[in-house]
Amino acid sequence: MSTIFTSGLICPLDKNNVDTDQIIPKQFLTSVSRDGFAEALFYDWRYLADGSPNPEFVLNYPQYQGASILLTRANFGCGSSREHAPWALQQYGFQVIIAESFADIFFNNSVNNGMLLIQLSKTNIELLFNRCAQGSQHWQIDLASQEIMFGNNAAMGFNIDADIKQRLLSGLDFIGSSEQLASQITAYEQQRKASMPWLG
Amino acid sequence: MGQTLYQKIYQSHVVGKLNPSTDLLYVDRHLIHEVTSPQAFSGLRLAGRKVRRTDLTFATMDHNVSTQRRSLDAAGETSRKQLEALAENCAESQIPILDLTHPDQGIVHVIGPEQGLTQPGMIIVCGDSHTSTHGAFGALAFGIGTSEVEHVLATQTLPQQQAKTLKVEINGELSPHVTAKDVIMAVIGELGTAGGNGYVAEFCGETIRALSMESRMTLCNMSIEMGAKAGLIAPDEITFAYLEGKAHAPGAEHWSAAVSYWQSLQSDSDAVFDKTVVIDASTIAPQVTWGTSPEQVIAVDTPVPAPESFSDETKRHAAERALQYMGLTAGQKLTDCKVDVVFIGSCTNSRIEDLRAAASVVGTKKVAAGVRALVVPGSGIVKRQAEAEGLADIFKNAGFEWREPGCSMCLGMNDDRVAAEERCASTSNRNFEGRQGRGARTHLVSPAMAAAAAIAGKFVNIAKGDWA
Repeated sequence: MSTIFTSGLICPLDKNNVDTDQIIPKQFLTSVSRDGFAEALFYDWRYLADGSPNPEFVLNYPQYQGASILLTRANFGCGSSREHAPWALQQYGFQVIIAESFADIFFNNSVNNGMLLIQLSKTNIELLFNRCAQGSQHWQIDLASQEIMFGNNAAMGFNIDADIKQRLLSGLDFIGSSEQLASQITAYEQQRKASMPWLG
Repeated sequence: MGQTLYQKIYQSHVVGKLNPSTDLLYVDRHLIHEVTSPQAFSGLRLAGRKVRRTDLTFATMDHNVSTQRRSLDAAGETSRKQLEALAENCAESQIPILDLTHPDQGIVHVIGPEQGLTQPGMIIVCGDSHTSTHGAFGALAFGIGTSEVEHVLATQTLPQQQAKTLKVEINGELSPHVTAKDVIMAVIGELGTAGGNGYVAEFCGETIRALSMESRMTLCNMSIEMGAKAGLIAPDEITFAYLEGKAHAPGAEHWSAAVSYWQSLQSDSDAVFDKTVVIDASTIAPQVTWGTSPEQVIAVDTPVPAPESFSDETKRHAAERALQYMGLTAGQKLTDCKVDVVFIGSCTNSRIEDLRAAASVVGTKKVAAGVRALVVPGSGIVKRQAEAEGLADIFKNAGFEWREPGCSMCLGMNDDRVAAEERCASTSNRNFEGRQGRGARTHLVSPAMAAAAAIAGKFVNIAKGDWA
């Protein structure tokens, strides 16, 4: 089995505090489907008021078409809990997001959709932006060895929670693995009912 | 070593261990609404799963309901489909729902407490980031995504890892016209929007103890705006008094047992927090945001900061971009700044106390010419009470629109939006770019500050008596 999680083109989004209202604005949240959000990604930045692509937004640059790794800065995904944000990123083509930090709910939502979110120090993020400034970059992300490989034997390591790594590598069923504790859930409910009957 | 309140609630909900770092926690209340639940129900159906505890799951319609008419199609076709999907999903799974025909319908974080569903010591989740609101009761409450909504529907549990603990101690007396909204905005200004990432915050100190439940909810509501997983306030007599007699609160047969359990929900005196912040509330003035992040906030009478005043390069760039978006210049005073729209509402500030504060500022005055002003009560209960107390008439006589309950202009998922380059004084919680409408310029304020802005047609310092 290949240990390469993703191999692809990087798109640098040089912004801090990118909130989920920017990732996917509210007018796209009325859908009852889990699909069809790629076009909505970064909508207000990506398109001008007349609906045409904004040539100044990095996702629209010709050299970043087909990118699958997003490089950004601190506190990415802050704000609303809308899972439509990782859906939109993933459906657009991003499998990996590298940032200095992520908002908690966004992080969980992304992992629950099988995306890899890599958190690096400010210094390392700066180094990666510097690499991008030298021209378009194709990197390989090896999750098993926890490395971003730049080619020519150059690489940068990253840390990841052991549980999340396991889930991403083995594709564990999020609900199914909790259901394995079914008898403990039932036992907890019985004890809860007996000791605090007002909880329902 | 003692435990913090958060650690006590966490430990008491551990069903079992999924792996060395992850626990499976039991969920006492699961609140759902139309926007983040349809895909979760579809997922359940696909996998052949059922809702495990329909009696611990409660639904409301709030995010994209019309605040002008009580019909499902009043805010457009896509909204209608989503609202109908919620109604159908709840009917199929027999989940109680406060739909548009129910007199108590309202914003999920207003109705939970109002119905007595929110109680101390519980774990409460909802597919909405402002679930932190319920922490005001000493419940561990946090927002989740749709995959997690599906997980909770199926199992009534959620995998979690222990968060770090942050103590926010607030002492000192609040100045007149300074509210919980100003306090939390000042705290966010100090800690930043990522200052709470990875933490559960517990608010304590003499200022907090003196706050009403409505004020505590406003405070905990915006914990998420500093990135905290949840905000918590230990329950006390004010909490118990609020809950007694509420529809879903413990009845007489369980009341004293419940209260004696709730009284144990305190951080131990020797509990150690990972981080502590101490704030002097007496120094806080009425706050207004000037930028596009809740951390970009100032006291109303201080000038808009210059980007160069930020030593941090990131904050400097953010300030440049924000000033451009907001149509402001450094050094400008917001008290010279005209407003086009005033919105009083949202899960942050749409409760009876908020409406009383706003109405007391309005009195017999009128909304300034050219200002569109909305009051959107948080629930049917708030609306009826405000009407009974004469508050609705005060607003209507002044020229405010008096609307039906819903999330409304906080995020503009319905037809309540702010137009591009319009400036809005809003009692909501997020001033992000485009939040209230593409190009909309949002300034977050307290209800009293919003009401004053509606009357004066510009921001005013209500702490000064002569503003009107």
